[in-house]
Amino acid sequence: MKTIFKSLLAITVLSMVLGSCGKGDSKKNGALSSNAAEKVYVAPGEYDEFYAFLSGGFSGQLAVYGLPSGRLFKVIPVFSVDAEKAYGFNEETKPMLNTSHGFIPWDDSHHPDISQTAGELDGRFVFINGNNTPRIAKIDLTTFETTEIIEIPNSAGNHSSSFVTENTEYVVAGTRFSVPYPQKDMPINEYKGNFKGALTFIAVDPKDGGMSIKFQLMMPGFNYDLSHPGRGASHGWFFFTTYNTEEANSLLEVNASQNDKDFIAAINWKKIEEYVNNGGGKKAPTKYAHNVYSDETHSATSTMKEEVLIINPSDVPGAVYFMPTPKSPHGCDVDPSGEYIVGSGKLAAELTVHSFSKMIKAIDEKKFDGDAYGIPILQYEATLAGAVKQPGLGPLHTEFDGKGNAYTTFFISSEVVKWKLGTWEVIDRKPVFYSVGHLMVPGGNSRKPFGKYLVAMNKITKDRYLPTGPEVTQSAQLFDITGEKMEMLLDFPTIGEPHYAAGIPANLVAPKSKKIYKLEENKHPYATKSEAAAKVVRKGNEVHVYMTMIRSHFAPDNIEGIQVGDKVYFHITNLEQDYDVPHGFAVIGAQTSELLIMPGQTETNIWEPKQVGVWPFYCTDFCSALHQEMQGYIRVSPKGSNVPLTFTLDGEAVDAE
Amino acid sequence: MKKINLTILFLAVFSLLLTACNGGEKKPEAAETQTETNSEAKGQSAVSDDVSSANALQVAKSLDDFKTLVAAIEAAGVEDAVVNVGPLTVFAHVNGAFDKLPAGTVDDLLKPENKAKLAFILTNHVAPANYPEKQLKKEAEKGRKLYMASGKYLTVESKEDGIYVGGTKILKTVQVSNGWIHVIDNVLVPAE
Repeated sequence: MKTIFKSLLAITVLSMVLGSCGKGDSKKNGALSSNAAEKVYVAPGEYDEFYAFLSGGFSGQLAVYGLPSGRLFKVIPVFSVDAEKAYGFNEETKPMLNTSHGFIPWDDSHHPDISQTAGELDGRFVFINGNNTPRIAKIDLTTFETTEIIEIPNSAGNHSSSFVTENTEYVVAGTRFSVPYPQKDMPINEYKGNFKGALTFIAVDPKDGGMSIKFQLMMPGFNYDLSHPGRGASHGWFFFTTYNTEEANSLLEVNASQNDKDFIAAINWKKIEEYVNNGGGKKAPTKYAHNVYSDETHSATSTMKEEVLIINPSDVPGAVYFMPTPKSPHGCDVDPSGEYIVGSGKLAAELTVHSFSKMIKAIDEKKFDGDAYGIPILQYEATLAGAVKQPGLGPLHTEFDGKGNAYTTFFISSEVVKWKLGTWEVIDRKPVFYSVGHLMVPGGNSRKPFGKYLVAMNKITKDRYLPTGPEVTQSAQLFDITGEKMEMLLDFPTIGEPHYAAGIPANLVAPKSKKIYKLEENKHPYATKSEAAAKVVRKGNEVHVYMTMIRSHFAPDNIEGIQVGDKVYFHITNLEQDYDVPHGFAVIGAQTSELLIMPGQTETNIWEPKQVGVWPFYCTDFCSALHQEMQGYIRVSPKGSNVPLTFTLDGEAVDAE
Repeated sequence: MKKINLTILFLAVFSLLLTACNGGEKKPEAAETQTETNSEAKGQSAVSDDVSSANALQVAKSLDDFKTLVAAIEAAGVEDAVVNVGPLTVFAHVNGAFDKLPAGTVDDLLKPENKAKLAFILTNHVAPANYPEKQLKKEAEKGRKLYMASGKYLTVESKEDGIYVGGTKILKTVQVSNGWIHVIDNVLVPAE
């Protein structure tokens, strides 16, 4: 590494020598002659300027990076179990992964979005969707933990999610796969006209971020791909791309590519909200889980909901319109002003940009081209603001820099293209390695983008890094977008497959980050707040161990009187009140993960001993200078043994003060 | 360290070249921030944290009784060790304790050339262990000695009027986030 650094330095210096006295403009010669290394170098002990939250794709998680360094800080478990943090393994977090299909400890996480106030990032929460078993999760940015997951009924392939309106009034969840509504046993080839696509609006409590489904808009059986909210003048509207307006149910790669144009659905959610608030909509039976984690009890609860409010678009005239958009549009991106809605037709030769003001005018003037299932189709020319001609091949997603420029990814031609809003001219194009999917500019889909960096998330990695067998790392690339031309600064590996990301200036989040959980605020039913309160209680074959941990011992650390066939609950409280002093817990033969307990927190591990003997347990996190001494023994006797239940520390009962 | 040197070298060459060719018309912005970030890194005692419970050093600093001790800790440059995750048991002497030493001792110890000697004396007041009062009493009853960070052993005795370490009485005990502070009024000078 040192050698690489030295040679890099040597080359840099050399090129400076060659370049600086010459023509004067050495910037065009690429990264080596510029200061790309300096731009991404965050010196030891210094902080990154931005947080970036990249979805973990098929890992089901969300990863936190620093920009510009590309350093990974944390993988936040969301939809999948994580043995490292006992998420989904300890008794406290198991309910987070409950669904109407039972305990589903994995998913495909896609589109993180940061909460907003007045159209600007407010740094309170990140929302992210589980695609496979439709769910929306909320991550609290004071703890960087998943604190709420709500399942989405009547949905399948929860893809056009989880984007927020400009005051986080709603987070939306649109179905990619239309399904029978209500679900029933029916022939697949009777799809057309019978399957429905639900667009779900989840209200977010402005105080605590609590989520609840306000209504589901039951749309025609198309595929709802991506979405973004209106902002500024278009606040109150939400835009969803659709494909498969052909309503094909097989070989979609051909059969869903027949229509010259599909639609962007424009939803006036304010109008529907008003309708709902006035008693509109039909309550329909359903089943979905709502899981909430509390920082006070350090535990999650899961509630099964049995009703949802269904809205039929034709019942709310003037609330839903279709804007024809060429060739199976994927990305649906709204510029910072809220005027332009960019539809990226995956197979189209140009990028289509709709105008919100023209859309409103076309609605007023009833410039319709028929309807689809009663929903008016606006005339294509009437809403069209312009098109970026021949921009590249396979457009997918667009973000904005707040300076009048847009950046679009092109999958097939593997490039990011910068173009100008209003004139639609291409300003710059840079290759990416390879086949880029999403891109992200911090705040790039809000009223106030921070147009300094752009992260391209690539779908294909191949030879970009040292190989690791057939499965190679996922790859992101960082660009500096402060100049007229984009400049590639850095490659960095990512977890899972990042489908979209959200970025935010660190100073909007870091100061609010929690350091410890206050022990006195711990309301866990099995919390043990002092060593004197530690105890072991038998209830039939259930044994509850109320245990504490502090540098560098457990209390109690010798337990006897356990029997084969017992179900031992270790309820362990970390008594530390000091930043970054977690303790871990592991006991031999445990059939669930180890625990990692933060200061002031209580977690529970279930142990069902199968064999007679004296078995050790220990701290798994190198907590202190005497970490290796942090251990204990638990004696397991045969079933029916008369060994009394005792629990001690240093030969004395722990409560002997 | 090598990297830092190289970077500085690089910056020097870089700015030299710029000055040479452009008559110093433009200074690279990055260069300035770079040199600044390479200033000496601070240890754990510099972590800003007003949420966690106070550690041994923070507690000592908050009490006037330990002004001399804190000054000595700083002079010896052992602040980072005293805030370490530990666990640590600190026998902290009050201000008057130094006065009991032969005249001139403190002034002598505070001289820069005696930094190591001072540090050695201070580490004789810290056990890398978790010794609340109750545990100290047990240690005394079991006839154990306390192993101090100086590498020396301290005797611990349980008497009628309290617990004594190294022959001096523990006046008071305070729990801190990284262990315990036991207040004493004598300096525990290690045997040479």
